[in-house]
Amino acid sequence: MKCSEFLARLDDLIDDSVTTEMRAELETHLCRCPNCEVVFNTTRKTIEIYRSHEIYELPQSLQERLHAAIMARCKKGC
Amino acid sequence: MSTIQPIAGELEQHPDVALLERVRGGDVSAYDTLVRKYERQVFRIAQHITQNREDAEDVMQDAFLKAYEKLDQFQGNSKFYTWLVRIAVNESLMRLRKRRTGKMVSIDEDVETEEGSVPRDLADWAPDPEQNYNQAELAEILRKTIQGLPQGFRIVFVLRDVEGLSTEETAETLGLSIPAVKSRLLRARLQLRERLSRYFHRKRGVEK
Repeated sequence: MKCSEFLARLDDLIDDSVTTEMRAELETHLCRCPNCEVVFNTTRKTIEIYRSHEIYELPQSLQERLHAAIMARCKKGC
Repeated sequence: MSTIQPIAGELEQHPDVALLERVRGGDVSAYDTLVRKYERQVFRIAQHITQNREDAEDVMQDAFLKAYEKLDQFQGNSKFYTWLVRIAVNESLMRLRKRRTGKMVSIDEDVETEEGSVPRDLADWAPDPEQNYNQAELAEILRKTIQGLPQGFRIVFVLRDVEGLSTEETAETLGLSIPAVKSRLLRARLQLRERLSRYFHRKRGVEK
């Protein structure tokens, strides 16, 4: 398997949407190619970091204010 | 021998369905529950697209109000959340258009770029790279990095990877084909990885 073929399947491997045979092929490539191993690990880490860190916080006070405004307008029939 | 068969689909009914039934029956408190459940996500999505706090506040309110007004148009073929996100995405794009008067804004913007589709930075990262920054610094890095992505990649990444929509739901929400979502997601992930690499490299010596 070439690196370009591995890259084309990178998302499928990350999202676990590959057949057992394909997974085995991709993992064999990973064992032999340190560059693809770095790309695979750091891409997975990228997703994990964005998933686990709140980068746009909605402070409680603002959330309550917006929530109250939405519900007041809904109760009025918008 | 007979066994008791569950009614098809009954066990898998999404909890929102019962809430929506109550809202349709005039119970506003059920809508209050739905708003509370999804307001953070809607705010985040709006902020990611508009990149403006005030716009995100307006989008959040308008999206929930629009969903309430148009609830009779919600068919129930998709999840309420997916339908709500579609409204929030459209409202966010409308805000952007207003802000950039005269300039078209769409999710197809800038997606022709080839930048970052082939990984260049192949140095490994530190084991827990985020530990080298405090929370505020890290948030700033993550914000700056994702804001640099083309709009059409950023929205796909946010819906699919941050908010956890499936590929199919993301495609439906954005009116894109599944191959288009997949292609944008891969490029978004690779571009973010490339851009984050400059902060998260394994470094020699004292860090921070």
